[in-house]
Amino acid sequence: MARLTPLREAVSEIIQNGDTVALEGFTHLIPHAAGHEIIRQGKTDLTLVRMTPDLIYDQLIGSGCAAKLIFSWGGNPGVGSLHRFRDAIEQGWPRPLAYEEHSHAALANAYVAGASNLPFAVLRGYTGSDLPKVNPNIRFIECPFTGEKLAAIPSIRPDVTVIHAQKADRRGNVLLWGIVGVQKEAVLAAKRAIVTVEEVVDELDAPPNACVLPRWAVAAVCHVPGGAYPSYAQGYSERDNRFYQAWDAISRSRETFTAWIDRHVRNTADFEEFKRVFAETAKSKEAV
Amino acid sequence: MDAPAVDFTATEIMTVAASRLLKDGTVCFVGIGLPSTAANLARLTHAPDVVLIYESGPIGAKPTVLPLSIGDGELALAADTVVSTPEIFRYWLQGARIDVGFLGAAQVDRFANINTTVIGDYANPKVRLPGAGGAPEIASQAKEVFIVLKQSTKAFVNKLPFITSAGYLDGGDAREKAGIPGKGPAAVITDLGILTPDPVTKELTLTSIHPGVTVEQVKGATGWDLKVSPDLTTTAVPQTHELEALRDLLARTAKAHGQSGGGQSAGGEG
Repeated sequence: MARLTPLREAVSEIIQNGDTVALEGFTHLIPHAAGHEIIRQGKTDLTLVRMTPDLIYDQLIGSGCAAKLIFSWGGNPGVGSLHRFRDAIEQGWPRPLAYEEHSHAALANAYVAGASNLPFAVLRGYTGSDLPKVNPNIRFIECPFTGEKLAAIPSIRPDVTVIHAQKADRRGNVLLWGIVGVQKEAVLAAKRAIVTVEEVVDELDAPPNACVLPRWAVAAVCHVPGGAYPSYAQGYSERDNRFYQAWDAISRSRETFTAWIDRHVRNTADFEEFKRVFAETAKSKEAV
Repeated sequence: MDAPAVDFTATEIMTVAASRLLKDGTVCFVGIGLPSTAANLARLTHAPDVVLIYESGPIGAKPTVLPLSIGDGELALAADTVVSTPEIFRYWLQGARIDVGFLGAAQVDRFANINTTVIGDYANPKVRLPGAGGAPEIASQAKEVFIVLKQSTKAFVNKLPFITSAGYLDGGDAREKAGIPGKGPAAVITDLGILTPDPVTKELTLTSIHPGVTVEQVKGATGWDLKVSPDLTTTAVPQTHELEALRDLLARTAKAHGQSGGGQSAGGEG
């Protein structure tokens, strides 16, 4: 049953070291503030899952939170490489990162299978690709009815899924819209879910068929306005494309990355302070 | 306004040539970067009823500026509908409703297989690329595939270090034999020309060359002994209205994203 709780408490109580954690979002509604709180609290040995690991996963990996990554596309969208992700894979910094790699179709199906309480997902996929050669979790099965060869991969069943959404009501029911990605499936596949929201309202006023996550399917709801930044929440904020571009330079070296994470995340108390420090940095850059 | 343009860049003729391959009314699964530029140019010029589907969920997207990422709000606001990512891959792609998959690539080989995973050894990568994204299933399940990327010996290699997404595998009927439903890559559009698969061997062959480019130049930018069609044609130059539409689109995009370059990054999706 959802509790309205500060983000610090939710992360501290719900995410344990060694957990499998999915912070999902397909460009839209990426839970950056929650990712920062994971770094701040020094959570470690996590298996991180995400179809599209981008900046917040680069930050989690560069901060040493992750032992393993399960993913299907890792990059800075529209900009280029994730330098911390590459450094971890290519050089083992700050620690070696095990990884299990899939296609989007497979991971999307694996979340659906997880939410459906099935042990594996089945799809037409991977034919002709070298991915099955390097990932033993991609196998092929025969359809019991037609004999057709189909791909199978294990379900994704995170210990914790974290998402950002537009609204919750005071009882903890959650509403999201726009590009909803795989978030509903990721929440329902998980043992526990944390949702940060832009706004807490008296009434959701959700139309029928809207993407609503009932309060009894969520462990904690945290009011974190702007908590997707530099990603966005449709109807509330715009994606800050400039920051995605700036991240390329910040993350390129271990030193500039660590300085940024220390200043903006490790040495700030919470997301509110992050926003203040971040605004100061941005201002001083403009002044130069 | 319908006159051949005089001044255009290699990237511009590549984008225009790619856009022209997209017929009006086609249902097209679009990758971000160059494919998205070409597909939207088609929509803004000769193919107003092309249906653009992005893997993040928008169906019938009509963005006024190019998305920097595959999940920009712009795509959701101006779409016929927005569905979940599992639905996109399960009902629309696997459901065999996609006519054309429009993809970019880091590398292709002579049988139009695609690598977006790794340069060097998989376990010991020299360069780690972003990975598969939606491409393996788009490449296999769209009825046909167009690939757009700039031509160089680094990108056009004889043998890929890693096949992320299948083209014609070892050539001939290898793709069919593997049980891949879609017909496969129909064209690879580059900044130098257009390569299409030989009907029998499926080896990529230079069938159209952009004006001002020499065959030697194209061969020099290819990592294998590139075959040239005996019926080699010269790519029609962009019309002024096509070029204007492309430049306007990129200018709007640059303004919206605060860039000087204008959204032509091949950086990818996410």
